[in-house]
Amino acid sequence: MISEILTMNGYGLYVWSAFAFTLLNFTLLYVVIKIQYIKEKKKFIAKFGALNSERAKVAKSQSINKEILSNTSTI
Amino acid sequence: MFKYFEPNKIFSITSKAPKYVLFLFVIILTVGLIEALVLSPEDYKQSHSVRIMYVHVPAAWICLGIFSMITFLSVIGYIFKIRNFFLISKSLAPSGFVFSVIALVTGSIWGKPTWGTWWAWDARITSMLILSLFYVIYLIAWRIYDNDDKAFKITSIITVAGIINVPIIKYSVDWWNTLHQPASINILSESSIHVSMLYPLLIMTAAFTLFSLLIFLMKYNTELIKIKNKGLDRL
Repeated sequence: MISEILTMNGYGLYVWSAFAFTLLNFTLLYVVIKIQYIKEKKKFIAKFGALNSERAKVAKSQSINKEILSNTSTI
Repeated sequence: MFKYFEPNKIFSITSKAPKYVLFLFVIILTVGLIEALVLSPEDYKQSHSVRIMYVHVPAAWICLGIFSMITFLSVIGYIFKIRNFFLISKSLAPSGFVFSVIALVTGSIWGKPTWGTWWAWDARITSMLILSLFYVIYLIAWRIYDNDDKAFKITSIITVAGIINVPIIKYSVDWWNTLHQPASINILSESSIHVSMLYPLLIMTAAFTLFSLLIFLMKYNTELIKIKNKGLDRL
């Protein structure tokens, strides 16, 4: 049964490589976008930390900024 | 109506949604893979090589759908000056491009056992390659003119030029003699594909749609944070 699924009447190499290529691309795209997201977020947190108290208060009054700071572990 | 699409209003949703979309995607993809690789029957002519259809066809559908959406949003965004529509378009493009590459490569892999060749300059394959190139040009344009008004104009022109190719891809099998067969699935008339193959195809399409939604949400959030970073510089 398992060898039949793997070989697929001689078409296994084609079928498995097509599926593997798809899943590899999914993983690569996910990792690249995730890295970009983490990089921008770290930059935001560093910049926010460097603001003086008055500017930080102004920045924190914006709902998106609050949301970015509160969602430190989103995907 | 457009005020509901403002980033300030939707960020609280887009920042939390990815984890739920990822969870749903993993479940549906697992079901889809079991259906596509194990449970679905082999074709009487193509044998097991028909299983490549379950990745090739959804990828092709979604990259066409995403490009059409990008064009629509870019044109509407340009006419009504809605910057957020450009941000949405920009965030949709990476997954659209990757799906176009998947459609081309898996099509090439499918071509070898079916037609005896990895590549042919057939109308559909060539027009699909052109769509991939339009995605590349679109993504490069954003890299060159990052988030300024010139980027909105240039990317809109690219999408309008590229959208001409979309009906060519769709109807190329009817207009010319190509290696591809005519469409097996029709929304308006009866489909010629058997349900035992249609269901895995629809499940894989749902999984791929969820993946593009996941990438879109992550990219959109990244772009919003990038804009907010620039805002902090101006404070």
